[in-house]
Amino acid sequence: MTTTTHDLVVIGAGPAGMSAALTGASLGLRTLLIDEQHGPGGQIYRNVDSTPPSVAAILGPDYRYGQAITNRLVTSEVEVMSGTMVWDVARDLTVTAQREGRSFQIRAPQLIAATGAMERSSTVPGWTLPGVLNAGAAQIAMKGASSVPEGRVVLAGSGPLLLLVACQLLDAGVVVVGIVETSPFSNRLRALRYLPAALGSAPYLAKGFRMLRRLRLARVPMHSSASHLQVEGSDRATALAFTSGGTRHRLDADVVLLHHGVVPNTQLSRLLKVDHVWDDLQVAWRPFVDAWGQSSLAGFRIAGDGSGIAGALAAEPLGTLAALGAAHALGRLTLAEATQRAIPMRRAIASQLRIRPFLDALYQPPKWISLPQDMTIVCRCEEVTAGRIREMARMGCQGPNQTKFFSRCGMGPCQGRICGASVTQLLADELGKSQAEVGSYHIRAPLKPISLRSIAALNDPIDQPAVNRYETD
Amino acid sequence: MFRAMALHTGEERPQLEIFIEGRPIAASAGDTLAAALLNAGFVPFRFTPVSGQPRAPLCLMGVCFDCLVEVDGAQNVQACMVVVRAGMQVRLQNGARRTSGEFA
Repeated sequence: MTTTTHDLVVIGAGPAGMSAALTGASLGLRTLLIDEQHGPGGQIYRNVDSTPPSVAAILGPDYRYGQAITNRLVTSEVEVMSGTMVWDVARDLTVTAQREGRSFQIRAPQLIAATGAMERSSTVPGWTLPGVLNAGAAQIAMKGASSVPEGRVVLAGSGPLLLLVACQLLDAGVVVVGIVETSPFSNRLRALRYLPAALGSAPYLAKGFRMLRRLRLARVPMHSSASHLQVEGSDRATALAFTSGGTRHRLDADVVLLHHGVVPNTQLSRLLKVDHVWDDLQVAWRPFVDAWGQSSLAGFRIAGDGSGIAGALAAEPLGTLAALGAAHALGRLTLAEATQRAIPMRRAIASQLRIRPFLDALYQPPKWISLPQDMTIVCRCEEVTAGRIREMARMGCQGPNQTKFFSRCGMGPCQGRICGASVTQLLADELGKSQAEVGSYHIRAPLKPISLRSIAALNDPIDQPAVNRYETD
Repeated sequence: MFRAMALHTGEERPQLEIFIEGRPIAASAGDTLAAALLNAGFVPFRFTPVSGQPRAPLCLMGVCFDCLVEVDGAQNVQACMVVVRAGMQVRLQNGARRTSGEFA
Protein backbone atom coordinates (compact mmCIF):
# COMPACT_ATOMS: atom_id res chain seq x y z
CA MET A 1 0.00 0.00 0.00
CA THR A 2 1.60 3.28 -1.07
CA THR A 3 -0.85 5.88 0.22
CA THR A 4 -1.26 6.69 3.88
CA THR A 5 -4.66 6.84 5.51
CA HIS A 6 -3.60 8.15 8.92
CA ASP A 7 -0.67 9.75 10.76
CA LEU A 8 -0.73 7.19 13.52
CA VAL A 9 -2.28 3.75 13.85
CA VAL A 10 -2.49 2.12 17.28
CA ILE A 11 -3.29 -1.58 17.69
CA GLY A 12 -4.92 -2.60 20.97
CA ALA A 13 -7.28 -0.59 23.21
CA GLY A 14 -5.86 -1.45 26.62
CA PRO A 15 -4.30 1.22 28.83
CA ALA A 16 -1.17 1.62 26.65
CA GLY A 17 -3.10 1.77 23.37
CA MET A 18 -5.82 4.10 24.63
CA SER A 19 -3.23 6.40 26.16
CA ALA A 20 -1.09 6.40 22.99
CA ALA A 21 -4.10 7.16 20.80
CA LEU A 22 -5.34 9.92 23.10
CA THR A 23 -1.90 11.55 23.13
CA GLY A 24 -1.57 11.25 19.34
CA ALA A 25 -4.98 12.81 18.71
CA SER A 26 -4.35 15.58 21.24
CA LEU A 27 -1.22 16.52 19.27
CA GLY A 28 -3.26 16.84 16.10
CA LEU A 29 -2.22 13.50 14.58
CA ARG A 30 -4.93 11.78 12.58
CA THR A 31 -5.09 8.74 14.84
CA LEU A 32 -6.80 5.40 14.36
CA LEU A 33 -7.20 2.91 17.22
CA ILE A 34 -7.89 -0.68 16.17
CA ASP A 35 -9.09 -3.25 18.68
CA GLU A 36 -10.21 -6.85 18.44
CA GLN A 37 -12.68 -6.57 21.31
CA HIS A 38 -16.06 -4.90 21.04
CA GLY A 39 -15.41 -2.25 23.68
CA PRO A 40 -12.29 -0.47 24.97
CA GLY A 41 -10.26 -1.51 28.00
CA GLY A 42 -8.02 -4.37 26.92
CA GLN A 43 -7.96 -7.34 29.27
CA ILE A 44 -7.26 -5.34 32.42
CA TYR A 45 -10.24 -2.97 31.98
CA ARG A 46 -12.30 -5.34 29.85
CA ASN A 47 -15.94 -4.29 29.55
CA VAL A 48 -15.41 -1.60 32.18
CA ASP A 49 -18.07 0.64 30.60
CA SER A 50 -20.80 -2.01 30.84
CA THR A 51 -20.01 -4.16 33.89
CA PRO A 52 -22.92 -4.15 36.39
CA PRO A 53 -22.07 -2.05 39.48
CA SER A 54 -22.30 -5.01 41.87
CA VAL A 55 -19.74 -6.95 39.81
CA ALA A 56 -17.51 -3.90 39.35
CA ALA A 57 -17.57 -3.50 43.15
CA ILE A 58 -16.12 -7.01 43.52
CA LEU A 59 -13.50 -6.34 40.84
CA GLY A 60 -12.47 -3.29 42.85
CA PRO A 61 -11.29 0.29 42.38
CA ASP A 62 -8.21 -0.68 40.33
CA TYR A 63 -10.60 -2.06 37.70
CA ARG A 64 -13.14 0.75 37.84
CA TYR A 65 -10.31 3.26 37.39
CA GLY A 66 -10.18 2.14 33.72
CA GLN A 67 -13.36 4.05 33.05
CA ALA A 68 -11.47 7.31 33.50
CA ILE A 69 -9.51 6.41 30.35
CA THR A 70 -12.40 4.98 28.31
CA ASN A 71 -14.43 8.14 29.07
CA ARG A 72 -11.65 10.28 27.63
CA LEU A 73 -11.62 8.12 24.53
CA VAL A 74 -15.31 8.65 23.83
CA THR A 75 -14.95 12.45 23.84
CA SER A 76 -11.65 12.47 21.91
CA GLU A 77 -10.80 12.88 18.23
CA VAL A 78 -9.47 9.31 18.09
CA GLU A 79 -11.04 7.24 15.33
CA VAL A 80 -11.87 3.81 16.64
CA MET A 81 -12.35 0.49 14.89
CA SER A 82 -13.55 -2.09 17.38
CA GLY A 83 -14.28 -5.75 16.62
CA THR A 84 -11.36 -5.54 14.19
CA MET A 85 -8.64 -8.17 14.01
CA VAL A 86 -5.22 -7.27 12.57
CA TRP A 87 -3.88 -10.26 10.68
CA ASP A 88 -0.87 -8.80 8.88
CA VAL A 89 1.51 -5.88 9.11
CA ALA A 90 4.00 -5.35 6.28
CA ARG A 91 7.50 -3.90 6.69
CA ASP A 92 6.18 -0.63 5.21
CA LEU A 93 3.67 -0.64 8.12
CA THR A 94 0.64 -1.38 5.96
CA VAL A 95 -1.89 -2.96 8.31
CA THR A 96 -4.25 -5.62 7.00
CA ALA A 97 -7.22 -6.23 9.24
CA GLN A 98 -10.56 -7.95 9.17
CA ARG A 99 -13.90 -6.67 10.35
CA GLU A 100 -17.23 -8.42 9.94
CA GLY A 101 -15.61 -11.08 7.78
CA ARG A 102 -13.99 -8.66 5.32
CA SER A 103 -10.35 -7.65 5.10
CA PHE A 104 -9.11 -4.15 4.37
CA GLN A 105 -5.87 -2.18 4.59
CA ILE A 106 -4.77 1.02 6.24
CA ARG A 107 -1.38 2.65 6.58
CA ALA A 108 0.32 5.32 8.63
CA PRO A 109 4.00 6.29 8.87
CA GLN A 110 3.88 5.55 12.61
CA LEU A 111 2.44 2.37 14.09
CA ILE A 112 2.17 1.58 17.80
CA ALA A 113 1.52 -2.01 18.85
CA ALA A 114 -0.12 -2.15 22.26
CA THR A 115 -1.05 -5.81 22.19
CA GLY A 116 -0.38 -6.38 25.85
CA ALA A 117 0.33 -9.53 27.77
CA MET A 118 -0.95 -13.07 27.95
CA GLU A 119 -0.70 -15.62 30.72
CA ARG A 120 2.38 -17.81 30.76
CA SER A 121 1.55 -21.41 29.91
CA SER A 122 1.25 -23.56 33.03
CA THR A 123 2.46 -26.76 31.42
CA VAL A 124 1.57 -29.44 33.95
CA PRO A 125 0.22 -32.94 33.31
CA GLY A 126 -3.52 -32.76 32.71
CA TRP A 127 -3.62 -29.06 31.80
CA THR A 128 -5.42 -29.85 28.55
CA LEU A 129 -8.48 -31.23 30.37
CA PRO A 130 -11.75 -29.30 30.17
CA GLY A 131 -12.22 -27.52 33.49
CA VAL A 132 -8.62 -26.32 33.59
CA LEU A 133 -8.38 -22.62 32.80
CA ASN A 134 -5.92 -19.84 33.34
CA ALA A 135 -6.77 -17.84 36.46
CA GLY A 136 -6.99 -14.76 34.27
CA ALA A 137 -9.72 -16.47 32.26
CA ALA A 138 -11.91 -16.66 35.37
CA GLN A 139 -11.41 -12.93 35.86
CA ILE A 140 -12.23 -12.28 32.21
CA ALA A 141 -15.51 -14.21 32.66
CA MET A 142 -16.34 -12.00 35.65
CA LYS A 143 -15.55 -8.80 33.79
CA GLY A 144 -17.13 -9.71 30.49
CA ALA A 145 -20.05 -11.92 31.40
CA SER A 146 -20.66 -11.55 35.17
CA SER A 147 -19.95 -15.25 35.29
CA VAL A 148 -17.92 -17.37 37.74
CA PRO A 149 -16.71 -20.99 37.91
CA GLU A 150 -19.29 -23.39 39.32
CA GLY A 151 -18.55 -25.91 42.07
CA ARG A 152 -15.26 -26.41 43.89
CA VAL A 153 -12.39 -24.28 42.60
CA VAL A 154 -8.65 -24.78 43.17
CA LEU A 155 -6.15 -22.09 42.23
CA ALA A 156 -2.57 -23.13 41.59
CA GLY A 157 0.58 -21.31 40.57
CA SER A 158 2.25 -18.09 41.60
CA GLY A 159 1.93 -14.37 41.25
CA PRO A 160 -0.20 -11.48 42.49
CA LEU A 161 -2.99 -12.23 40.00
CA LEU A 162 -3.49 -15.70 41.51
CA LEU A 163 -4.24 -14.18 44.93
CA LEU A 164 -6.33 -11.36 43.45
CA VAL A 165 -8.53 -13.76 41.47
CA ALA A 166 -8.91 -15.95 44.58
CA CYS A 167 -10.12 -12.95 46.60
CA GLN A 168 -12.51 -11.81 43.87
CA LEU A 169 -13.98 -15.30 43.49
CA LEU A 170 -14.49 -15.52 47.27
CA ASP A 171 -16.28 -12.16 47.20
CA ALA A 172 -18.48 -13.51 44.41
CA GLY A 173 -19.49 -16.47 46.59
CA VAL A 174 -17.37 -19.10 44.85
CA VAL A 175 -16.19 -22.12 46.85
CA VAL A 176 -12.39 -21.95 46.84
CA VAL A 177 -11.15 -25.26 48.24
CA GLY A 178 -7.46 -24.44 48.12
CA ILE A 179 -4.64 -22.26 46.89
CA VAL A 180 -1.56 -24.16 45.81
CA GLU A 181 1.44 -21.86 45.55
CA THR A 182 4.27 -23.14 43.42
CA SER A 183 6.96 -20.51 44.05
CA PRO A 184 9.97 -22.41 45.37
CA PHE A 185 11.16 -21.33 48.82
CA SER A 186 14.45 -20.22 47.26
CA ASN A 187 12.54 -17.44 45.44
CA ARG A 188 11.97 -15.68 48.76
CA LEU A 189 15.69 -15.54 49.44
CA ARG A 190 16.38 -14.29 45.94
CA ALA A 191 13.64 -11.67 46.24
CA LEU A 192 15.08 -10.31 49.50
CA ARG A 193 17.77 -8.35 47.71
CA TYR A 194 15.08 -6.43 45.81
CA LEU A 195 13.01 -5.77 48.93
CA PRO A 196 14.56 -2.38 49.84
CA ALA A 197 13.58 -0.96 46.44
CA ALA A 198 10.13 -2.53 46.74
CA LEU A 199 9.57 -0.75 50.06
CA GLY A 200 9.27 2.38 47.93
CA SER A 201 6.03 0.88 46.60
CA ALA A 202 4.23 0.69 49.92
CA PRO A 203 0.71 0.69 48.40
CA TYR A 204 1.50 -2.45 46.39
CA LEU A 205 2.95 -4.26 49.39
CA ALA A 206 -0.08 -3.23 51.47
CA LYS A 207 -2.39 -4.59 48.77
CA GLY A 208 -0.52 -7.89 48.87
CA PHE A 209 -0.86 -8.16 52.65
CA ARG A 210 -4.58 -7.32 52.44
CA MET A 211 -5.14 -10.13 49.96
CA LEU A 212 -3.25 -12.64 52.12
CA ARG A 213 -5.26 -11.59 55.17
CA ARG A 214 -8.52 -11.90 53.23
CA LEU A 215 -7.64 -15.47 52.26
CA ARG A 216 -6.58 -16.34 55.81
CA LEU A 217 -9.80 -14.96 57.28
CA ALA A 218 -11.80 -17.00 54.77
CA ARG A 219 -9.86 -20.05 55.99
CA VAL A 220 -8.89 -21.05 52.47
CA PRO A 221 -6.34 -23.88 52.76
CA MET A 222 -2.99 -22.55 51.48
CA HIS A 223 -0.20 -24.85 50.33
CA SER A 224 3.23 -23.39 49.63
CA SER A 225 6.30 -24.46 47.63
CA ALA A 226 4.18 -27.07 45.89
CA SER A 227 5.59 -29.19 43.08
CA HIS A 228 4.68 -32.20 40.91
CA LEU A 229 1.28 -30.76 40.03
CA GLN A 230 -1.04 -33.08 38.15
CA VAL A 231 -4.61 -32.40 37.12
CA GLU A 232 -6.58 -35.62 37.37
CA GLY A 233 -9.61 -36.65 35.32
CA SER A 234 -10.44 -38.40 32.07
CA ASP A 235 -13.06 -36.29 30.27
CA ARG A 236 -12.69 -33.27 32.52
CA ALA A 237 -10.76 -32.14 35.56
CA THR A 238 -11.82 -33.82 38.80
CA ALA A 239 -8.88 -33.08 41.13
CA LEU A 240 -5.50 -31.45 41.49
CA ALA A 241 -2.73 -33.58 43.00
CA PHE A 242 0.55 -32.04 44.17
CA THR A 243 3.43 -32.41 46.60
CA SER A 244 3.92 -29.88 49.37
CA GLY A 245 5.89 -30.13 52.61
CA GLY A 246 7.09 -33.60 51.62
CA THR A 247 3.53 -34.97 51.42
CA ARG A 248 1.35 -35.82 48.44
CA HIS A 249 -1.97 -33.95 48.50
CA ARG A 250 -5.08 -34.25 46.43
CA LEU A 251 -7.85 -31.65 46.23
CA ASP A 252 -11.10 -32.66 44.54
CA ALA A 253 -12.21 -29.85 42.28
CA ASP A 254 -14.61 -29.04 39.47
CA VAL A 255 -12.52 -26.21 38.09
CA VAL A 256 -8.73 -25.82 38.32
CA LEU A 257 -7.34 -22.34 37.70
CA LEU A 258 -3.65 -22.12 36.83
CA HIS A 259 -1.44 -19.04 36.77
CA HIS A 260 2.29 -18.43 36.51
CA GLY A 261 2.47 -14.74 35.71
CA VAL A 262 2.02 -12.92 32.45
CA VAL A 263 4.40 -12.50 29.52
CA PRO A 264 4.46 -10.10 26.56
CA ASN A 265 2.34 -11.14 23.59
CA THR A 266 5.02 -10.93 20.89
CA GLN A 267 3.06 -12.30 17.92
CA LEU A 268 3.01 -8.96 16.08
CA SER A 269 6.58 -7.95 16.88
CA ARG A 270 7.77 -11.40 15.79
CA LEU A 271 5.83 -11.07 12.54
CA LEU A 272 7.79 -7.88 11.84
CA LYS A 273 11.06 -9.64 12.77
CA VAL A 274 12.24 -6.84 15.07
CA ASP A 275 14.96 -7.55 17.64
CA HIS A 276 13.90 -9.43 20.77
CA VAL A 277 15.78 -10.18 23.96
CA TRP A 278 15.29 -13.00 26.45
CA ASP A 279 14.55 -11.55 29.88
CA ASP A 280 16.06 -13.87 32.50
CA LEU A 281 14.22 -12.37 35.46
CA GLN A 282 10.78 -12.36 33.77
CA VAL A 283 11.61 -15.66 32.00
CA ALA A 284 10.15 -14.42 28.72
CA TRP A 285 10.91 -12.82 25.37
CA ARG A 286 10.42 -9.10 24.97
CA PRO A 287 10.99 -6.93 21.93
CA PHE A 288 13.85 -4.46 22.19
CA VAL A 289 12.54 -0.87 22.33
CA ASP A 290 14.16 2.50 23.09
CA ALA A 291 12.92 5.17 25.52
CA TRP A 292 10.20 6.18 23.01
CA GLY A 293 8.94 2.65 22.38
CA GLN A 294 10.77 2.57 19.04
CA SER A 295 11.65 -0.99 17.96
CA SER A 296 14.43 -1.97 15.56
CA LEU A 297 12.10 -1.21 12.61
CA ALA A 298 11.73 2.53 11.98
CA GLY A 299 8.20 3.79 12.71
CA PHE A 300 7.11 0.59 14.48
CA ARG A 301 6.72 1.23 18.19
CA ILE A 302 5.62 -1.05 21.01
CA ALA A 303 4.06 0.21 24.22
CA GLY A 304 2.80 -1.34 27.44
CA ASP A 305 3.15 -4.91 28.64
CA GLY A 306 3.84 -6.03 25.07
CA SER A 307 7.33 -4.52 25.45
CA GLY A 308 8.00 -6.10 28.87
CA ILE A 309 5.75 -6.66 31.85
CA ALA A 310 5.39 -3.49 33.88
CA GLY A 311 1.67 -3.45 34.72
CA ALA A 312 -1.38 -1.41 33.73
CA LEU A 313 -0.37 1.78 35.51
CA ALA A 314 2.98 1.82 33.71
CA ALA A 315 1.34 0.93 30.40
CA GLU A 316 -0.51 4.24 30.34
CA PRO A 317 2.58 6.53 30.48
CA LEU A 318 4.46 4.08 28.21
CA GLY A 319 1.71 4.57 25.63
CA THR A 320 2.04 8.33 25.97
CA LEU A 321 5.81 8.12 25.46
CA ALA A 322 5.39 6.07 22.27
CA ALA A 323 2.92 8.64 20.90
CA LEU A 324 5.28 11.51 21.81
CA GLY A 325 8.03 9.66 19.97
CA ALA A 326 5.73 9.24 16.97
CA ALA A 327 4.82 12.94 17.02
CA HIS A 328 8.49 13.86 17.10
CA ALA A 329 9.27 11.49 14.21
CA LEU A 330 6.47 13.14 12.23
CA GLY A 331 7.85 16.60 12.94
CA ARG A 332 4.93 17.66 15.14
CA LEU A 333 7.09 18.07 18.24
CA THR A 334 10.72 19.09 18.60
CA LEU A 335 12.89 16.72 20.60
CA ALA A 336 13.00 19.31 23.36
CA GLU A 337 9.19 19.51 23.46
CA ALA A 338 8.79 15.74 23.49
CA THR A 339 11.44 15.39 26.19
CA GLN A 340 9.72 18.02 28.31
CA ARG A 341 6.33 16.34 28.01
CA ALA A 342 7.93 12.98 28.79
CA ILE A 343 9.23 14.01 32.21
CA PRO A 344 6.08 13.21 34.26
CA MET A 345 5.63 9.99 32.26
CA ARG A 346 9.13 8.78 33.05
CA ARG A 347 8.61 9.61 36.71
CA ALA A 348 5.34 7.61 36.78
CA ILE A 349 6.98 4.64 35.06
CA ALA A 350 9.95 4.65 37.45
CA SER A 351 7.55 4.62 40.37
CA GLN A 352 5.64 1.66 38.92
CA LEU A 353 8.83 -0.26 38.17
CA ARG A 354 10.21 0.02 41.70
CA ILE A 355 8.47 -3.14 42.96
CA ARG A 356 8.81 -5.09 39.71
CA PRO A 357 12.20 -6.86 40.32
CA PHE A 358 10.94 -7.95 43.76
CA LEU A 359 7.73 -9.40 42.28
CA ASP A 360 9.59 -10.95 39.35
CA ALA A 361 12.03 -12.69 41.70
CA LEU A 362 9.45 -13.72 44.30
CA TYR A 363 7.02 -15.14 41.76
CA GLN A 364 9.47 -16.45 39.20
CA PRO A 365 7.93 -19.65 37.83
CA PRO A 366 9.53 -22.87 39.08
CA LYS A 367 11.93 -24.66 36.71
CA TRP A 368 9.42 -27.49 36.12
CA ILE A 369 7.00 -25.04 34.49
CA SER A 370 9.65 -23.93 31.99
CA LEU A 371 11.01 -27.46 31.58
CA PRO A 372 8.07 -29.85 31.98
CA GLN A 373 8.48 -33.58 32.40
CA ASP A 374 8.56 -35.75 29.27
CA MET A 375 4.93 -36.92 29.26
CA THR A 376 3.48 -33.41 29.55
CA ILE A 377 1.86 -31.91 26.46
CA VAL A 378 3.61 -28.69 25.47
CA CYS A 379 1.84 -27.94 22.17
CA ARG A 380 -1.87 -28.22 22.91
CA CYS A 381 -2.93 -27.85 19.27
CA GLU A 382 -0.80 -30.64 17.82
CA GLU A 383 -0.44 -32.60 21.07
CA VAL A 384 3.36 -32.66 21.13
CA THR A 385 4.98 -33.59 24.45
CA ALA A 386 8.07 -32.19 26.13
CA GLY A 387 9.71 -35.59 25.70
CA ARG A 388 9.24 -35.42 21.93
CA ILE A 389 10.93 -31.99 21.84
CA ARG A 390 13.88 -33.34 23.84
CA GLU A 391 14.09 -36.35 21.54
CA MET A 392 14.21 -34.07 18.48
CA ALA A 393 16.98 -32.02 20.12
CA ARG A 394 18.99 -35.20 20.64
CA MET A 395 18.42 -36.08 16.97
CA GLY A 396 19.99 -32.78 15.95
CA CYS A 397 17.21 -30.18 15.81
CA GLN A 398 18.80 -26.83 16.65
CA GLY A 399 15.76 -24.60 17.05
CA PRO A 400 11.97 -24.28 17.29
CA ASN A 401 11.49 -23.96 13.54
CA GLN A 402 13.17 -27.32 12.99
CA THR A 403 11.14 -29.08 15.67
CA LYS A 404 8.04 -27.49 14.12
CA PHE A 405 9.02 -28.90 10.73
CA PHE A 406 9.49 -32.42 12.08
CA SER A 407 6.59 -32.64 14.53
CA ARG A 408 4.05 -29.88 13.68
CA CYS A 409 4.73 -28.50 17.18
CA GLY A 410 3.57 -24.88 17.01
CA MET A 411 1.83 -25.34 13.67
CA GLY A 412 -1.76 -25.59 14.94
CA PRO A 413 -4.37 -22.85 15.10
CA CYS A 414 -2.76 -20.98 18.01
CA GLN A 415 0.38 -20.63 15.87
CA GLY A 416 2.78 -21.22 18.72
CA ARG A 417 1.38 -18.63 21.12
CA ILE A 418 0.93 -21.27 23.82
CA CYS A 419 3.99 -23.49 23.28
CA GLY A 420 6.58 -21.06 21.86
CA ALA A 421 8.40 -20.13 25.04
CA SER A 422 8.28 -23.70 26.37
CA VAL A 423 9.86 -25.12 23.21
CA THR A 424 12.61 -22.49 23.24
CA GLN A 425 13.44 -23.27 26.87
CA LEU A 426 13.33 -27.04 26.40
CA LEU A 427 15.68 -26.83 23.40
CA ALA A 428 18.02 -24.39 25.16
CA ASP A 429 18.23 -26.75 28.14
CA GLU A 430 18.70 -29.89 26.08
CA LEU A 431 21.26 -28.33 23.69
CA GLY A 432 23.14 -26.47 26.44
CA LYS A 433 22.60 -23.15 24.65
CA SER A 434 21.03 -19.84 25.61
CA GLN A 435 17.42 -19.06 24.76
CA ALA A 436 18.66 -16.30 22.42
CA GLU A 437 20.87 -18.79 20.56
CA VAL A 438 17.99 -21.24 20.16
CA GLY A 439 15.60 -18.51 19.01
CA SER A 440 11.86 -18.58 18.53
CA TYR A 441 9.21 -19.49 15.97
CA HIS A 442 9.01 -17.56 12.72
CA ILE A 443 5.59 -15.90 12.81
CA ARG A 444 3.83 -15.34 9.52
CA ALA A 445 0.55 -13.86 8.35
CA PRO A 446 -2.28 -14.45 8.77
CA LEU A 447 -1.88 -13.99 12.52
CA LYS A 448 -5.25 -15.70 12.97
CA PRO A 449 -7.12 -17.99 10.57
CA ILE A 450 -9.22 -16.08 8.04
CA SER A 451 -11.37 -17.16 5.12
CA LEU A 452 -10.45 -16.77 1.46
CA ARG A 453 -13.59 -14.69 1.08
CA SER A 454 -12.20 -12.23 3.63
CA ILE A 455 -8.95 -11.91 1.64
CA ALA A 456 -10.92 -11.49 -1.60
CA ALA A 457 -12.58 -8.42 -0.07
CA LEU A 458 -9.16 -6.69 -0.32
CA ASN A 459 -9.76 -6.44 -4.05
CA ASP A 460 -13.02 -4.66 -3.51
CA PRO A 461 -12.29 -1.05 -2.60
CA ILE A 462 -15.92 -0.08 -2.14
CA ASP A 463 -17.87 -1.21 0.87
CA GLN A 464 -14.91 -0.89 3.23
CA PRO A 465 -16.04 -0.70 6.83
CA ALA A 466 -16.61 2.81 8.10
CA VAL A 467 -14.56 4.05 10.99
CA ASN A 468 -16.72 4.48 14.04
CA ARG A 469 -16.57 5.64 17.61
CA TYR A 470 -17.41 3.49 20.57
CA GLU A 471 -21.11 3.69 21.15
CA THR A 472 -22.07 5.09 24.51
CA ASP A 473 -24.96 3.51 26.33
CA MET B 1 -18.98 -25.33 34.40
CA PHE B 2 -19.60 -21.62 34.99
CA ARG B 3 -22.66 -19.83 36.36
CA ALA B 4 -24.11 -16.35 36.16
CA MET B 5 -23.38 -14.27 39.25
CA ALA B 6 -26.30 -13.05 41.35
CA LEU B 7 -26.94 -9.49 40.22
CA HIS B 8 -28.89 -6.70 41.85
CA THR B 9 -32.34 -5.77 40.59
CA GLY B 10 -32.06 -3.72 37.43
CA GLU B 11 -28.58 -5.01 36.58
CA GLU B 12 -29.76 -7.97 34.54
CA ARG B 13 -29.09 -7.87 30.82
CA PRO B 14 -31.72 -8.78 28.22
CA GLN B 15 -31.87 -12.51 27.48
CA LEU B 16 -31.71 -13.94 24.00
CA GLU B 17 -31.84 -17.42 22.52
CA ILE B 18 -29.06 -19.17 20.62
CA PHE B 19 -28.96 -22.73 19.31
CA ILE B 20 -26.30 -25.28 20.20
CA GLU B 21 -26.53 -28.37 18.02
CA GLY B 22 -30.11 -27.30 17.37
CA ARG B 23 -30.96 -27.03 21.08
CA PRO B 24 -32.10 -23.62 22.27
CA ILE B 25 -30.23 -22.11 25.20
CA ALA B 26 -30.63 -18.75 26.91
CA ALA B 27 -27.76 -16.27 26.89
CA SER B 28 -27.34 -12.72 28.14
CA ALA B 29 -26.93 -9.98 25.55
CA GLY B 30 -23.27 -8.96 25.40
CA ASP B 31 -21.93 -12.35 26.49
CA THR B 32 -19.20 -13.92 24.42
CA LEU B 33 -20.27 -17.21 22.90
CA ALA B 34 -17.64 -18.96 25.05
CA ALA B 35 -19.16 -17.53 28.24
CA ALA B 36 -22.65 -18.56 27.09
CA LEU B 37 -21.48 -22.12 26.38
CA LEU B 38 -19.67 -22.38 29.72
CA ASN B 39 -22.72 -21.04 31.59
CA ALA B 40 -24.94 -23.57 29.79
CA GLY B 41 -22.51 -26.37 30.67
CA PHE B 42 -21.62 -27.29 27.09
CA VAL B 43 -18.32 -28.93 27.87
CA PRO B 44 -16.24 -30.03 26.05
CA PHE B 45 -16.44 -27.49 23.21
CA ARG B 46 -14.65 -29.76 20.76
CA PHE B 47 -12.63 -32.94 20.23
CA THR B 48 -9.12 -32.47 18.84
CA PRO B 49 -8.21 -33.43 15.27
CA VAL B 50 -5.05 -35.26 16.43
CA SER B 51 -6.34 -37.77 19.00
CA GLY B 52 -9.94 -36.82 19.74
CA GLN B 53 -9.15 -35.32 23.17
CA PRO B 54 -11.99 -33.29 24.71
CA ARG B 55 -11.20 -29.59 25.04
CA ALA B 56 -12.72 -26.47 26.53
CA PRO B 57 -11.40 -22.91 26.82
CA LEU B 58 -8.11 -22.23 28.60
CA CYS B 59 -7.61 -18.47 28.17
CA LEU B 60 -10.92 -16.82 27.14
CA MET B 61 -8.89 -14.03 25.51
CA GLY B 62 -8.18 -15.22 21.99
CA VAL B 63 -4.81 -16.89 22.57
CA CYS B 64 -5.33 -20.63 23.08
CA PHE B 65 -7.75 -21.54 20.26
CA ASP B 66 -9.24 -24.33 22.37
CA CYS B 67 -12.72 -22.77 22.12
CA LEU B 68 -13.05 -23.25 18.35
CA VAL B 69 -16.66 -23.93 17.29
CA GLU B 70 -18.78 -23.64 14.17
CA VAL B 71 -20.92 -20.48 14.08
CA ASP B 72 -23.63 -20.03 11.43
CA GLY B 73 -21.75 -22.38 9.12
CA ALA B 74 -18.30 -20.82 9.59
CA GLN B 75 -15.83 -23.30 11.08
CA ASN B 76 -12.95 -22.74 13.53
CA VAL B 77 -14.46 -19.62 15.06
CA GLN B 78 -12.98 -18.51 18.40
CA ALA B 79 -16.04 -18.64 20.67
CA CYS B 80 -14.34 -16.27 23.13
CA MET B 81 -14.06 -13.52 20.50
CA VAL B 82 -17.66 -13.64 19.27
CA VAL B 83 -20.60 -11.95 20.97
CA VAL B 84 -23.88 -13.89 21.01
CA ARG B 85 -26.66 -12.86 18.61
CA ALA B 86 -30.28 -13.98 18.78
CA GLY B 87 -30.78 -17.07 16.65
CA MET B 88 -27.04 -17.84 16.36
CA GLN B 89 -26.57 -21.46 15.21
CA VAL B 90 -23.59 -23.14 16.90
CA ARG B 91 -22.17 -26.57 16.22
CA LEU B 92 -19.42 -28.24 18.22
CA GLN B 93 -16.41 -29.52 16.29
CA ASN B 94 -15.41 -33.16 16.35
CA GLY B 95 -12.03 -33.93 14.83
CA ALA B 96 -10.53 -32.39 11.69
CA ARG B 97 -12.31 -29.79 9.60
CA ARG B 98 -13.84 -30.50 6.23
CA THR B 99 -13.95 -28.29 3.17
CA SER B 100 -17.01 -26.09 3.43
CA GLY B 101 -20.00 -26.68 1.18
CA GLU B 102 -19.36 -23.97 -1.37
CA PHE B 103 -16.09 -25.58 -2.47
CA ALA B 104 -17.19 -29.19 -2.16
